[in-house]
Amino acid sequence: MARLPPTIFSYVRAYSWRNQLVILALTLVSLPFFYLWVELPKRIIDDALGGGAGPRDFMGMSLSQLDFLWALCLLFLALVIINGAFKYFINVYKGVVGERMLRRLRFELYGRVLRFPPAHFRVTSQGQLVQMINAEVEPLGGFIGDAYSLPAYQGGMLLTILVFMFAQNPLMGFAAIALYPVQVIIIPRLQRQVNELGKARVRQVRVLAEQIGESAAGADDIRATAASRFRAARFADELGKIFFIRLDIYKKKFFIKFLNNFLAQLAPFLFYAIGGYLVLQGELTIGAILAIVAAHEKLSSPWKELLTYYQLMWDAHIKYEQVVAQFDPAGLREAPPVDAGPAAEPIEGTLVARSVSATDPDGLELEDASLELALPVCAAVLGPPGSGQSALLRAIAGLADVETGSLTLSDQPVQLLAGTALGTRIAYVGSPAQIFSGTIRSNLLLPLQQQPLAPAPSGVGRSPRAQSEALASANSPHDSAADWIDPAAASCPDADALEAWLAEVVRVVRLEREVYGFGLRGTVDPAQAPDVVERVVEVRRRFAQRRAADTRLARLVESFDPDRYNQNATVAENLLFGVPLDPAYAIDRLPQNRVVRDVLRDLELDREFRRVGYELAATMVELFTDLPPDHEYFRRFNFLGADDLADYRVLIGRVSEAQATELTAGPDAERLLSLPMQLITARHRLGLIDEPLQERILAARKALREALPPGDLDKIAFFEPDAFTRGASLQDNILFGRIALDQANAEATVTAQMAELIEEMGLRQLIIRVGLEAEAGVGGIRLSLAQRQRLALGRALVRRPDVLLLDDATAVFDRQEQAALRDSLLEAMRGRTVIWAHGHPEWDEHFDKVIVLEQGHVVAVGTPSDVRERSAGAAPEAAD
Amino acid sequence: MSLNDDVQVLKCIPLFRKVEPAKLKLLAFTSERLTFMAGDNLFAEGDVGDAAYIVLDGTATVRVRTPGGDVEVARIGRNDIVGEIAILCDIPRTATIRAETDLVTLRISKDGFFHLVTQFPQIGVEIMAELAQRLHNTTQALTQARAELAATAGS
Repeated sequence: MARLPPTIFSYVRAYSWRNQLVILALTLVSLPFFYLWVELPKRIIDDALGGGAGPRDFMGMSLSQLDFLWALCLLFLALVIINGAFKYFINVYKGVVGERMLRRLRFELYGRVLRFPPAHFRVTSQGQLVQMINAEVEPLGGFIGDAYSLPAYQGGMLLTILVFMFAQNPLMGFAAIALYPVQVIIIPRLQRQVNELGKARVRQVRVLAEQIGESAAGADDIRATAASRFRAARFADELGKIFFIRLDIYKKKFFIKFLNNFLAQLAPFLFYAIGGYLVLQGELTIGAILAIVAAHEKLSSPWKELLTYYQLMWDAHIKYEQVVAQFDPAGLREAPPVDAGPAAEPIEGTLVARSVSATDPDGLELEDASLELALPVCAAVLGPPGSGQSALLRAIAGLADVETGSLTLSDQPVQLLAGTALGTRIAYVGSPAQIFSGTIRSNLLLPLQQQPLAPAPSGVGRSPRAQSEALASANSPHDSAADWIDPAAASCPDADALEAWLAEVVRVVRLEREVYGFGLRGTVDPAQAPDVVERVVEVRRRFAQRRAADTRLARLVESFDPDRYNQNATVAENLLFGVPLDPAYAIDRLPQNRVVRDVLRDLELDREFRRVGYELAATMVELFTDLPPDHEYFRRFNFLGADDLADYRVLIGRVSEAQATELTAGPDAERLLSLPMQLITARHRLGLIDEPLQERILAARKALREALPPGDLDKIAFFEPDAFTRGASLQDNILFGRIALDQANAEATVTAQMAELIEEMGLRQLIIRVGLEAEAGVGGIRLSLAQRQRLALGRALVRRPDVLLLDDATAVFDRQEQAALRDSLLEAMRGRTVIWAHGHPEWDEHFDKVIVLEQGHVVAVGTPSDVRERSAGAAPEAAD
Repeated sequence: MSLNDDVQVLKCIPLFRKVEPAKLKLLAFTSERLTFMAGDNLFAEGDVGDAAYIVLDGTATVRVRTPGGDVEVARIGRNDIVGEIAILCDIPRTATIRAETDLVTLRISKDGFFHLVTQFPQIGVEIMAELAQRLHNTTQALTQARAELAATAGS
């Protein structure tokens, strides 16, 4: 759809008119039952109880008075159930329709975010988008179900009651509705003012969202510029604006309410006055007045509902309009087709730019650029910062609009290629590149996931119901849990070849060592890969042999020994002597476990740990007391954060060491008991876990193993010398111990020795594969900036693109590393096109062509030597 | 082998002698104990320095590369500090230190030290005073040497 329907009603009609008809029909069908139910009490009283004894006619049968009463009461009960059922069904149905429409709208808005022209992001912040898609459209769902049915239903009731009143007495009927015109004229006017305020409030809340987002992102800079007081003042002002808008809304809204109530109460006044007069005149019976007053009371409920609906409708109307306006920017890109088309044609021939102008997201411009390059080419784009390199690369990628002129790649306009070849034949990497939540692997595989190739295995992924709901909301028909990964897209014949290619890509972007490290820290599931497990145990055996033969190596690793305390492992690890497979035994909450707690208590270790915990807390308070909360040390020596430190300081002031030891329950006792669990004797050197205590921990280790209830045995994988420890890292499994923290170069030496054995057993590929499963975190937050950028480069290479566009993509690395990456990337892309904007004129020998930009203009294109001569000629003074 | 022992050692180091004990304790806590095996290098001449080492136990040799090969120029032992210049400025190591026996050291990393000094500038001032004193001594020695040289040349 090119544009969103302009109003909420047109939106509702466009996508749910069938559902609306169903709701209307159901509502209408339910009405007679409702009236019957309202009517029945009168008949019970008048016909069953009144009217004397004697048989009554009930649906053609003749019943005694008592039976007749039973029959009517049963009918009443049946109607209660039927009405309830109708209400339940209609409400659920309305809920479903509303929710579907909401889902559809959110999906549509999200899709539009991805298609915004770059310039639109400069006027619409992330915070605003989140606010709009999440919060602002939320009430629309509730409204959509009611959009047509509520006015129909309540309006119908209103009309029926009015007809009844007019039938009783026309004059009284007029009295009942005499004030409606006043309401109908005044209230909408007031309502419009409320609406305007409502709009202002929505805008104001967006400003707020923006400020919060900006402050959260720039918290450091705010502190660094000492701007927090000013920012706080500004934020307070914005909050104040909302306050006063809301205040106005309240005043007007409640005035409307007041007016409504007043006018509603005015009608009985008229009934009694006019009706009373008529009764005295003998023109009306008292019964008729009572009937009309009763009817009027019934009238107030639908009337109120209608007025509330009227307010809600306007609210929804405004919200919808305001949201939609933000999501219909000029220059919205075309929606990609639901299914990926056939693979794009190879990019070959020439790159031709004729008088191209384009703008990058920072507003830096490229003007009137013309150039022609025969592909494949290895070209550098040079120039002072801000001379339009990014705009040029983005324009070639089709990420920036070609504002004037024409830009073609193999005779096709780049705008067209952006829809078919970008991400497949053409890869673009900016700086810093964005990494997405998921694993390193899932990030690398993104370009290979164009559409699902095989359905998800049953039990995983979308159920038929989930699928039909997705379709009913016009959401993506594709199941994200399906198998999307297409090895062929990376020119790999099968999954194994793809695995090898991923390892190669990781090597090219020089991320291999780090992925390997992640792999060693990762784990494999023995059930999934029994052969791997065997080989890992074999590596362990060989490593043990080496260690036995090499006394130096022996000192660098401290083995797991059931009868010895491991100085390089934490207290908790020593206590458990295994890996928890169940959260109940999670290592950081071990003392909270019931079994563990009992064991500690039996051995009186809990008192000892609380004493140690107290001493530890006291030491930490003493050591860290003068440090600011964000100091680097808190991150590095992470027993306790700065916030905890304050708590412990209070705790230590409150209780003495002796008291602390005797604490038995309560949060203090738990905290102190947990604190020593993370101590590593070799690292922390606090002398708190001395040898006698170590012996007692060993005793507790044995006692714990005996005390474990049979049901908990499979919740811990204990360290066994000859078996793979499930849940433990590959490194722990290979070393069957810990690298000695107090031995110089232990990590490097041990890692190198392990690497040899891993290679020997053919496990290297496996370690890399496990390493690729490391989590990147939201936005790649768990990786360093450099790792993220390498990953982005790898992601670009995975598809073996014909054209690789690097927009200063190595800027985060130091000079030496940039040069290493240059060699590695250019080698990997040999014979294909690389266009690389970077700030290294001295690299020109590595490129076939050099394009020089200055202030948005192309000033030179040619071979490195041409360009050098020309610039030497143009600016001789710069030739030195 | 506890923190307090390390603090005692740090107190004996001239560079840190004016730093108050509480801060020395923090410095000790944020440093690592590292054992080098006999024959291993703590660092090699020309390396980029990133840490200073205080010898807690054992002995090591200080070696300098010459055209004729490595030459031992000094020996160090308990309570000696090596490489302290590296935690103050970026210069390559001027000598190789090789453990002669198993050598237990306290490693003070440049990063850790910097974080301490930036937080407690007083430590910086104290170290500056110590360095100024050394500079003064060196300058005096130089002046004296020049004078002697001039005297020899003049005679």
